[in-house]
Amino acid sequence: MPRVTFVEPNGTKHQVEVATGYSVMEGALNNSIRGIDGDCGGNCACGTCHVYVAAEWRERTGVQSGMEHDMLEFAEGVREDSRLCCQIEMSDALDGLVVHIADSQH
Amino acid sequence: MATAFKHTEDEAIEAARSVAYSMPIEDIDMTDSSRFFDNTHWAFFERLRKEAPVHYCANGRFGPFWSVTRYKDIMAVDTNHAVFSSDAHLGGITAKDQDDDFILPMFIAMDQPKHDVQRKAVSPIVAPANLAVLEVLIRERAQKIFDDLPINEPFDWVDRVSIELTTQMLATLFDFPWEDRRMLTHWSDVATTDVSSPDVNMTRDEQRATAIECLVYFTGLWNERVNAPPAGDLVSMLAHSPATRDMQPMEYLGNLLLLIVGGNDTTRNSITGGLLFLNENPAEYQKLRDNPALIETMVPEIIRYQTPLAHMRRTALQDTILGGQHIKKGDRVVMWYVSGNRDETEIENADDFIIDRARPRQHLSFGFGIHRCVGNRLAEMQLKIVWEEILKRWPMIEVLEPPVRVQSAFVKGYERMMVRIPG
Repeated sequence: MPRVTFVEPNGTKHQVEVATGYSVMEGALNNSIRGIDGDCGGNCACGTCHVYVAAEWRERTGVQSGMEHDMLEFAEGVREDSRLCCQIEMSDALDGLVVHIADSQH
Repeated sequence: MATAFKHTEDEAIEAARSVAYSMPIEDIDMTDSSRFFDNTHWAFFERLRKEAPVHYCANGRFGPFWSVTRYKDIMAVDTNHAVFSSDAHLGGITAKDQDDDFILPMFIAMDQPKHDVQRKAVSPIVAPANLAVLEVLIRERAQKIFDDLPINEPFDWVDRVSIELTTQMLATLFDFPWEDRRMLTHWSDVATTDVSSPDVNMTRDEQRATAIECLVYFTGLWNERVNAPPAGDLVSMLAHSPATRDMQPMEYLGNLLLLIVGGNDTTRNSITGGLLFLNENPAEYQKLRDNPALIETMVPEIIRYQTPLAHMRRTALQDTILGGQHIKKGDRVVMWYVSGNRDETEIENADDFIIDRARPRQHLSFGFGIHRCVGNRLAEMQLKIVWEEILKRWPMIEVLEPPVRVQSAFVKGYERMMVRIPG
């Protein structure tokens, strides 16, 4: 099963397995990773699964959708590498993915 | 004590169930505020979810409209802002249209791009860094309010706690003159009064005059703050941010009322609701006493169970199909959050108050999409503090009788709730 590493703002790392077809957000919730809330359940509708995708993974994870961009407009600390991780679907190609959790979600 | 008063309400709720299931479905009009006053709306929404999840009411109190009652359909409307408009000029975000000649431009009732610009100006006040500062102040004020409550004597929780706490919080957000803070409550209550209802004593002119009074007062504050260095309160933010410093007076008023209403009686009614639900569900109250860490999951459950705003409305910008129904351009579409939050197909045991759910934030009370409540974490923080401070002091607060509810199909809340703290 492909793996994702979640890096907390303080640098603590958590590596977990996330099955193909599940979103990175679901992987976080299923593994009780603190700092990712996913309030809307993956509908790109709340902005509370904000992460920064590590540089070497940006091309493979793709770009924000229009709705994702709209929701990220209201998040804090948004950067070029910001994504809503409910919109990143896991696959073998993303095995080893590293994402940095935003300071907070709201 | 707690079970006795619930029984009285149960009878009325069951009587309403026969009405709900026997009347012609096309006659169901959920904008009837009396069903919210006596808490008998539940079976009507249940029937709509089952039999007509996207339901047309041709003769609604405020005109024809569609009711959307299932969780997934509500989510679909809420997140489709390109088709479903919030614009005040099309009627705004309540089932009842905003008056044509007194349109209050607030960002909740705007579409993109203007909505985004205004929301971004306001959202820093509830950004994490600011919340941490507010938490200290809110806790201090909550402690004082709780320390002053009478023991062993009936009092109105709504007035002494729910209104007082949220009013103080709002006054803090605006850096509003402390001794005048109850005016914020007054303006909020007047702004959300349904003056068209025959049971309501206020006239439209009185309502407008109060809104203007609010504007005049806040214009005074604006004039003070615009000439001072930028500060962390909301008025100063609005006065200094390039996005909002050139606002027209009616727009300023609209945004103020939005923040006063949005940040006020919603939280107020959740503070009251939480105590009521724990009394109605003594096993949950015991769970909470045994494990106060459950406050974290209880708070969103309270917000779900209360659903402080029963609905939000949109206007279709084009013909579209929803739930197999043909919605026409210009049609009014009402998302019934109060119904979606009890949708069994989405939320397990939706009608039960359960303080330790696995996904407690899976609810519609804050909405979803670009208009999702900007103050949602602030609301949760207030409730968390309230319950932490209550549990430090008293294992039990008794609700003495059924609460008096607000007569509104929009604001789902309480006018009065008599309680006693045993001691």
